[in-house]
Amino acid sequence: MRYSAFQIFKQGLTGNKHWPKTWRTPDPAQQYDVIIVGGGGHGLATAHYLAKEHGITNVAVLEKGWLGGGNIGRNTTIIRSNYLLPENEPFYELSMKLWEGLEQDINYNAMVSQRGIINLYHSDSQRDAYVRRGNAMLMAGADAVLLDREGVRAQYPFLDFDNARFPIRGGLWQPRAGTVRHDAVAWGYAHAADSRGVDIIQNCEVNGFIMEDGKCVGVNSTRGSIRAKKVAVCVAGSSGRVMSMAGLRLPIESHVLQAFVSEGLKPVIPGVITYGAGHFYISQSDKGGLVFGGDIDGYNSYAQRGNLPTVEDVCEGGMAMMPVIGRARLLRMWGGIMDMSMDGSPFIDHTSIPGLYFNGGWCYGGFKATPASGWCYAHLIATEQPHETAKGMRLDRFKSGAVMDERGAGAQPNLH
Amino acid sequence: MLINHPQLGPRDAAEFVYLGDASLMHRPDAQSPTAAEEFHDYLHLRDNPAGVHRELWYHEQGDRAWLIVTRNTLTHEITNVQMARDVALAEQQGHVAS
Amino acid sequence: MNNESMRVHDGLLPDAAPISFIFNERKYTARVGDTLASALLANGQKLVGRSFKYHRPRGIFSAGPEEPSALVELRTGAHREPNTRATVTEVFAGLEASSQNHIGPLGFDVMAINDALSTFLSAGFYYKTFMWPKAFWEKLYEPIIRAAAGLGKLSVQEDPDTYEKGFLHTDLLIIGAGPAGLSAALAAGRAGVKVLLVDEDFLPGGRLNLERFDIDGQSSAQWASNAMAELTTLPNVRVLTRTTVYGVYDHGIYGALERVSDHLPTGSHDKPRQILWRIYAKRSLLCSGATERSIAFGNNDRPGIMLAGAARAYLNRFGVSPGKQIAVFTNNDDGWRTAVDFQAAGVEVTAVIDTRSIAPPVDINVPVFMGNRVCDTAGRLALHSVTLTSGETIYCDCLAVSGGWSPNVHLTCHQRARPIWDDTLAAFVPGTDLPAEMQVAGAVNGDMDLASALNAGHQSALSILKNTGNNAKIPPAPQANAESSRITAFWQVPDCLGRAWIDLQNDVTTKDLQLSHREGFRSVEHAKRYTTLGMATDQGKTSNVLGLAVMADIAGQTIPQTGTTIFRPPYTPIPIGALAGRSRGKHFRPTRLPPSHNWASTQGGSFVEVGAWLRAQWFTQAGETHWRQSVDREVLQTRKSVGYCDVTTLGKIDVQGRDAAQFLDKVYANTFSTLKVGRVRYGLMLREDGFVMDDGTTARLAEHHFLMTTTTANAVSVFRHMEFCRQCLWPTLDVHLVSATEQWAQYAIAGPNSRRLLEALVDEPFDISNEGFPFMECATLTVCNGTPARLFRISFSGELAFELAVPARYGHALMDALAEHGKAFDAVPYGLEALGVMRIEKGHAAGNELNGQTTAANLGLGRMVSAAKDCIGKTLSTRPALNTNDANQLVGFIPVDSQQSLRAGAHFIDEGAPLTLASDQGWMTSVAYSPSLQTSIGLGFIRHGQERMGDQVLASSPLHNEQIAVTIVSPHFVDPQGERLRA
Repeated sequence: MRYSAFQIFKQGLTGNKHWPKTWRTPDPAQQYDVIIVGGGGHGLATAHYLAKEHGITNVAVLEKGWLGGGNIGRNTTIIRSNYLLPENEPFYELSMKLWEGLEQDINYNAMVSQRGIINLYHSDSQRDAYVRRGNAMLMAGADAVLLDREGVRAQYPFLDFDNARFPIRGGLWQPRAGTVRHDAVAWGYAHAADSRGVDIIQNCEVNGFIMEDGKCVGVNSTRGSIRAKKVAVCVAGSSGRVMSMAGLRLPIESHVLQAFVSEGLKPVIPGVITYGAGHFYISQSDKGGLVFGGDIDGYNSYAQRGNLPTVEDVCEGGMAMMPVIGRARLLRMWGGIMDMSMDGSPFIDHTSIPGLYFNGGWCYGGFKATPASGWCYAHLIATEQPHETAKGMRLDRFKSGAVMDERGAGAQPNLH
Repeated sequence: MLINHPQLGPRDAAEFVYLGDASLMHRPDAQSPTAAEEFHDYLHLRDNPAGVHRELWYHEQGDRAWLIVTRNTLTHEITNVQMARDVALAEQQGHVAS
Repeated sequence: MNNESMRVHDGLLPDAAPISFIFNERKYTARVGDTLASALLANGQKLVGRSFKYHRPRGIFSAGPEEPSALVELRTGAHREPNTRATVTEVFAGLEASSQNHIGPLGFDVMAINDALSTFLSAGFYYKTFMWPKAFWEKLYEPIIRAAAGLGKLSVQEDPDTYEKGFLHTDLLIIGAGPAGLSAALAAGRAGVKVLLVDEDFLPGGRLNLERFDIDGQSSAQWASNAMAELTTLPNVRVLTRTTVYGVYDHGIYGALERVSDHLPTGSHDKPRQILWRIYAKRSLLCSGATERSIAFGNNDRPGIMLAGAARAYLNRFGVSPGKQIAVFTNNDDGWRTAVDFQAAGVEVTAVIDTRSIAPPVDINVPVFMGNRVCDTAGRLALHSVTLTSGETIYCDCLAVSGGWSPNVHLTCHQRARPIWDDTLAAFVPGTDLPAEMQVAGAVNGDMDLASALNAGHQSALSILKNTGNNAKIPPAPQANAESSRITAFWQVPDCLGRAWIDLQNDVTTKDLQLSHREGFRSVEHAKRYTTLGMATDQGKTSNVLGLAVMADIAGQTIPQTGTTIFRPPYTPIPIGALAGRSRGKHFRPTRLPPSHNWASTQGGSFVEVGAWLRAQWFTQAGETHWRQSVDREVLQTRKSVGYCDVTTLGKIDVQGRDAAQFLDKVYANTFSTLKVGRVRYGLMLREDGFVMDDGTTARLAEHHFLMTTTTANAVSVFRHMEFCRQCLWPTLDVHLVSATEQWAQYAIAGPNSRRLLEALVDEPFDISNEGFPFMECATLTVCNGTPARLFRISFSGELAFELAVPARYGHALMDALAEHGKAFDAVPYGLEALGVMRIEKGHAAGNELNGQTTAANLGLGRMVSAAKDCIGKTLSTRPALNTNDANQLVGFIPVDSQQSLRAGAHFIDEGAPLTLASDQGWMTSVAYSPSLQTSIGLGFIRHGQERMGDQVLASSPLHNEQIAVTIVSPHFVDPQGERLRA
């Protein structure tokens, strides 16, 4: 069914009793062209673009739990393409352009809302780094505006300009950045992929790879053995666990990142703001909750929950940046497992095993990448060639030294 | 979290700085003919287990000791804490660390 | 209605003079001990708010923290607190509150049009529309949705209150001072255990204050009061009331929030608003009780419909009847107690409707409808009647509903344990994998009746005593009757015509759950997210179990098959200000001050944040109106005569031991074992991945004693890294490290007259002539008649220069001495800007160049990586991508037109090349106006830089619509041969 205002009207008149399922619940077939392991945002987007852009529809997406139940359903919903390095920025700008046409593409309103992001700076050297970055963004075809203190004040007059330990001196603004309703991205891609014939199989945990003659030819799962010409893994925080079943060690550690939402409030914050003197970023959802976060806890974890020091650190950053939120109440805090890579940048690549592909290492920035990640992964799977914008995202880049270290933090995941 | 420092007793984990897998103590020999490969693997590849993990924490706001903490990454339960230098010494002197 | 006409007796409140408060600009009276909810009900005010989506009228639904409906904006101005639950707000004199989320008066909210359109606004409708035309989402649809959404309003003023943080350590944390908690606290406290008892209410006792039970021959409320009195006399017991344990964290750490002054009038006290406690508990006993839930039937959301236990609480504790005619709708025996209590209080009970067929043995004289159900209700802004499935209409202005009780298992699940379903109780109880060292007792564990709860608390305490070897003799458990609490699960009344609400705040009805099931959102998490069930400010405390049961019904599954969502902290919402505490404004982070700070602040110093430090940026003199005038003067005067600058913030690491030299050879890329005693050498440090980590100078003070300096920014991380190397990599080396950054005040003295200035300070017979103390020499000596000091002949400015260090306590005095003796040379203090200008003029790399992405080769220092030895980073620095032919190289830049100012962050492209990434050849890292050269100068990385001296490129900053033609030059703008610093 094609969704529209007319359908809502029509279905409403008959008591909403005839809406069809958003996706089917098929049993797994014995053989697919492509199996995608992981029914999160990236996996579902990959399935959609495989079907739509490459005509490959004999595809299964295998999901251990419920689709969209990982980081796509527990992030802070920010989209942006404000990266520095030439190996990253064109990829994220591709993602931004895909976001801009997403809803018409998948016939699902994911509430792509381009209300801008401002990264605040507090020193001359931070400003210099942002000028370098903003220029790189513009040269890659993205948008960027350097704001001085008054430019920031014009948008966010209630930030702490006058009594701050680290005074706000300006910000790098990307007007096209914004937020997207995260769950709807997963549901929309699932709906679109399903409607093109992709099998989305939930509650199907992969517990091994089928290897023949050194090649990967399928998976063993809790729903039996399923064969495929190509197996594409896309499991974010579970990357290490899944790839170890193929005997592969990765340049990835799994860490916990906490995120937070406040009680619903009437609109205060139109866009996204990130603090430059602490770990804090914030936006306000269409429902009214302040959605915010900060740094990862910093230790390896698969527990999907964090600890108090980070919670307090995040709120300290928030109050330092905008003390008007002191009386807003934190409603819920949660944690996701981040696939933190050694240079803070991701991988979309073949593995050393023919037939087995890997997508991961998104750190805590995977959500904004969802469309481009799916687009480029589908391109790699379908054509065997890395997409132009993702050709730096190789698993062997630490051997060559062609690292993509946006922060210059070195090979230590918790510093990225 | 609380880390039971072998010499100072239980201390809040916020006093510590985390580095990563305790295998980082096993720096390869630069003279090895495969040193490039070994250093690549040493610095970049991880077991990243969902379960028991031996890892390095530094008591920055304390006695500046590096500790090896054995912690479960699924539950965060800590089952052992050792002075990293004692372990490194024992290993380098040919003993197996307990 | 007014004047507390619904107060039918005193309850537990003292009959003292009334206090007045304001709701929606109207004045009411209340008693001390009232909550805002009980006070509103006492005055007959039933309508208190509007729901989130349909703007349906909302009343008071509960008597505790689970409240979904009665949310108000409390206080005014900057003190306004949106979304405040009236049911836990203590009334104080002058309290002001107003209803929220409506346009127009509360009784006539124009947004209620949504309710009429609700069939088109079903769950998830917004995912299916608002997509065309594309541009309309942000311009039209979304602004409307955003404005309509949200609940209360922030004041958008700085939070005027203060918040404290505190830390508590205890042997036994008891959470909840109800029957189980008090019983356990008495047992453990009497046995001498160090106990911390925490309760969220301002009147401890939990349901003991809400019921008419007897314990040990006293009323339950009196018993609770006596128990509290005894506990407060025990030195080993600490009680925190008005305190909510909101989260359980690893290893026995609990978060708690104490509301210290939320019950006091604004401006009447000097206390913090709240204290955020971090509790370290060896073990804990969770006695968090249970929360009642509703039943889904048609129009079950009207003001006047409330939980049966809440109705009883208002009556018994506050003496308030929520209505004049009470009807009870229940599926369990507990609901009947509401009817009994109201009848005993003389309030008319018009019906008891029980979904079960057999009535419990209750002595009551009211119309009873067994095996019957409420299927619809009437009354737009307040309930006036209900209709039963049998067709009868029952008049009532309060319907007390009991769908059973759900144990408050939240804290048992914060470490991701799942509760388990108990069919007998029709409820989830704690599972087996509780957080470490946590026990549960009382209603939270399914001990629903009073006798069981009292006994469970006592027995839990006894088991803790036994496990800890405590043999104290303590009195037996308090005794009470075990009241009946049998239940037959019943969730929704089928075939109701009206919508049946599950989540009262977010307006989730049974129809929404049917729709989500129909559309394939069948996992609990999908349904929750699609319908927003349980995502409101109450986090589904009264609605989650009912929602699950209805989902199970729809799917034809059991509740355990259907599952649960995850309980996440906090248990109740916590102000962001409380979590931040004092760390805001100027106190966000500590401020480090160098030893000359006070001196500098008397000399016209302007200060700037550099990491945690505040450093003097420049020193304004009379007549200077622009910072550039000050900086230019400082640079020119230093280069002409002499200037001095506080460089204490550089990291200083004292390295000692027999193997110190060998150790430095391993952590530095270049060699230090060959450095002679009394000499200084520049050192370059790599990370293990081969990129540059840090640089600085290291002096050899003695054979086994080095003093290393690091950059200001990396002082902490370099020290940590070196300790890692020392302890983990090379533990057999005899070497020890101490940070000496704050022990020594260190000042640069630079310029052609620096030696002459120093001569006035250095004690005889130390020889600082060029022969006696040449470039890169160091010494230990005394200055100013016996003050111990260290002197280094090093230069960041490129001038003849020294750095002089004295123990930090002499730092201020040394500045005075420099200023005094400097007068003869017109010496100037110079700040961070002048220091930066001179280092750019000299071509030294600093933070903008050492950004972690740089190799030694990029900096032109590739030859410093010794070929003769291993060091950290050496092997991986040989990787091909770190050694490409077209790598960036650090060079200098000057504008072709010397009137133009260069800009750090500009990218280099060839003249005529398009502004694209493909044309990008590097970027400008640092720029300054050089008063020495009288032009803007810059440092930057550009491909093949060394080979392109004299070439012209464009420095482009499209951010500024700017392209400046620049010439590539040597980075050493001043004295490239280094003659001055060796003079």
